[in-house]
Amino acid sequence: MFGNTTLTQFLFGRLTFEAIPYHEPILVVTFIAVALGGLALLALITKYRLWGYLWREWFTSVDHKKIGIMYVVLALVMLLRGFADAIMMRLQQAIAFGGNEGYLNPHHYDQIFTAHGVIMIFFMAMPFVTGLMNFVVPLQIGARDVSFPFLNNFSFWMTTAGAIIIMMSLFVGEFARTGWLAYPPLSGADYSPGVGVDYYIWGLQVAGVGTTLSGINLIATIVKMRAPGMTFMKMPVFTWTSLCTNVLIVATFPILTATLALLSLDRYAGTNFFTNDLGGNPMMYVNLIWIWGHPEVYILVLPAFGIFSEVVATFCGKRLFGYASMVYATCVIMILSYIVWLHHFFTMGSGASVNAFFGITTMIISIPTGAKMFNWLFTMYRGRIRYEVPMYWTVGFMVTFVIGGMTGVMLAIPPADFVLHNSLFLIAHFHNVIIGGVVFGLMAGIVYWWPKAFGYKLDPFWGKVSFWFWLIGFYVAFMPLYVLGLMGVTRRVSQFEDPSLQIWFVIAAFGAVLIACGIGSFIIQLVVSFLKRDQLRETTGDPWDGRTLEWSTSSPPPDYNFAFTPVVHDHDSWYDMKSRGYERPMTGFKPIHMPKNTGTGVILAGISVVFAFAMIWYIWWLALVSFIALIATAIGHTFNYDRDFHIPAETVTATEDARSRLLAERT
Amino acid sequence: MSSHPNAPSHAPAHESASHAHHGHSHGHEAAHGTFRSYMIGFALSVILTAIPFWLVMGGVFDSKLLTAFFVMGLGVVQIVVHMVYFLHMNPRSEGGWTMMALIFTLVLVGITLAGSLWVMHHLNTNMMPMSPEMMKNMP
Repeated sequence: MFGNTTLTQFLFGRLTFEAIPYHEPILVVTFIAVALGGLALLALITKYRLWGYLWREWFTSVDHKKIGIMYVVLALVMLLRGFADAIMMRLQQAIAFGGNEGYLNPHHYDQIFTAHGVIMIFFMAMPFVTGLMNFVVPLQIGARDVSFPFLNNFSFWMTTAGAIIIMMSLFVGEFARTGWLAYPPLSGADYSPGVGVDYYIWGLQVAGVGTTLSGINLIATIVKMRAPGMTFMKMPVFTWTSLCTNVLIVATFPILTATLALLSLDRYAGTNFFTNDLGGNPMMYVNLIWIWGHPEVYILVLPAFGIFSEVVATFCGKRLFGYASMVYATCVIMILSYIVWLHHFFTMGSGASVNAFFGITTMIISIPTGAKMFNWLFTMYRGRIRYEVPMYWTVGFMVTFVIGGMTGVMLAIPPADFVLHNSLFLIAHFHNVIIGGVVFGLMAGIVYWWPKAFGYKLDPFWGKVSFWFWLIGFYVAFMPLYVLGLMGVTRRVSQFEDPSLQIWFVIAAFGAVLIACGIGSFIIQLVVSFLKRDQLRETTGDPWDGRTLEWSTSSPPPDYNFAFTPVVHDHDSWYDMKSRGYERPMTGFKPIHMPKNTGTGVILAGISVVFAFAMIWYIWWLALVSFIALIATAIGHTFNYDRDFHIPAETVTATEDARSRLLAERT
Repeated sequence: MSSHPNAPSHAPAHESASHAHHGHSHGHEAAHGTFRSYMIGFALSVILTAIPFWLVMGGVFDSKLLTAFFVMGLGVVQIVVHMVYFLHMNPRSEGGWTMMALIFTLVLVGITLAGSLWVMHHLNTNMMPMSPEMMKNMP
């Protein structure tokens, strides 16, 4: 083409102009919309001269609160992308009947369902959960930051880098067409020769670095940095569930990394770990990936359980019923989640003893989960319940999650699973627990902790609108899938023959539209609340009459969180402090030792994107250069001794005095 | 976290909070090795690496299975050497947390390995390769 193909191949690997999907009208329109939106955003940032502010105050920040907020922003952006995929699938399945091919060809449709799963789990739910843990945990345990503040910033940017790699596949090349776990042999070099699976592998590997490091960081924080007096059995329940979640992350993400590394060796180096012949065994991949994959669902749902526990205790004005049983249930779930993985592939062909073992462990794990449900119910029993928006989400969760749990126990019965495996019943089940459990929990968490993060409450009217759309939309969208699954319809199908099925898909599509309204109302809620922030302002730092330490500081908390480290005597320590007539210290402030911001995290993550891109497109020279740059930057950073500073005592005094005046004005 | 004087920012709150309490620092810092202990560890690692190479390349045992078991066994010993000499692990370091983390890790690795072997063994025995003829006669 250029006469010198070897040179262009050397320079660009397998990247050619053909890789730009200009022949796909849907993608072209999407690209134009994204490009225009992006340009508008960049123009606005430039116009209001925000680049310096963003760089200094946010991108390079090592403050756990800001990093937590950035995680949640990433999660919300990716929620929109993942949901766009969802509604495209629902529309396709609602119209592709009786010879009508729908508007998505199979090649495109397969990429969409893969992207939907990958994005919703890895880049929506995970950053959302990590963001809330990052923001809340140090505040709940009375710490000033996490154990390793730079690592925290680096983790965030690696997660973002993974998201960027996945997003690039939309406009440069293609994404995997394998389903969200990329089972071989379909994901092997023979059946997926393109760049799709490579985008998948490198996106997850880069993000996985961030997830693992952030897990280590939060474990160290919880174990080492609790306020004096806060023994393990006096920790808030959300901190407990965060601890268990991060233990799960640290223990399981290496398995994912190793499994994907073996798959990439198969694809890049021609090994035969998971191929069909030459001694390879694709089922080993399935086995390994679910040893990670099952704990992963508990990684997502445990923090949600923690959020519900905090919300229920706060809005019922009661100590959580059965605190100890809640803690033990969480720990039991943490252990049991490791010995249930085979229930994802009962149909693989194991014998009765294997299937029976994993079926029974799966049923056992529902016992501690059920115990938690009763803890929440008994907390509500005879409580003074205030039906604020977080409580709406909690009650909605309790009803929905129980249904999802029961269909889960149905799937845990191996003979039943032989019928339901990979059917839409399964799809309905896991959306039932992930939306009804994780998403509802995260929404409750956002509304609950928003005033802490930004100093004003979210508008309750739009919050309730959002809740009802989500709740009703969920049932309308997924109950038809249970029906279809029982009728035997399998997942990931882009066209159907039997016209009698169509009505169910149309109903499901309508449900997806209702959920879209829920997401829209949520965004409206954010905008309206921002505009009405002066009316919704809360100056006490304790808008819900909270019970845990994060409510003892101002909203938003100062950079140093606590002028003096609180001393804890009981769990629900802030409630305990309030009931014992706690007085804020007004004098005697000391300089506070804090970590300094650094841009190294952004730079390392940026180089990682380049490295991943080079590996995906076989641009070997660039891969080598960027890899060396990565190592050099990391080593260079260790010579940066200018890492900390002291907030002068005068600044602390001024901040605390301002708060005292604010509190005095109220009374 | 770190007791190294050049890296104070590793534990910003911890340090200033330690005026108020000593409850969590306990002084159980991980031990730092001596030159001697590092050299012992290094020598042991080299020996433990050389032996498997020798076993395989020299064809010392006739049985491949026996060789494999020896190599795996030496691998386990190697892991222990690394943990003791390079990671300075002992039951008391970090107030017992390292030990607890190690036990937890061992349990999980045990579950993963034993479970995978069990599952894949079942697969191998139950899912023998089939000819098209056999497939036709399936119920």
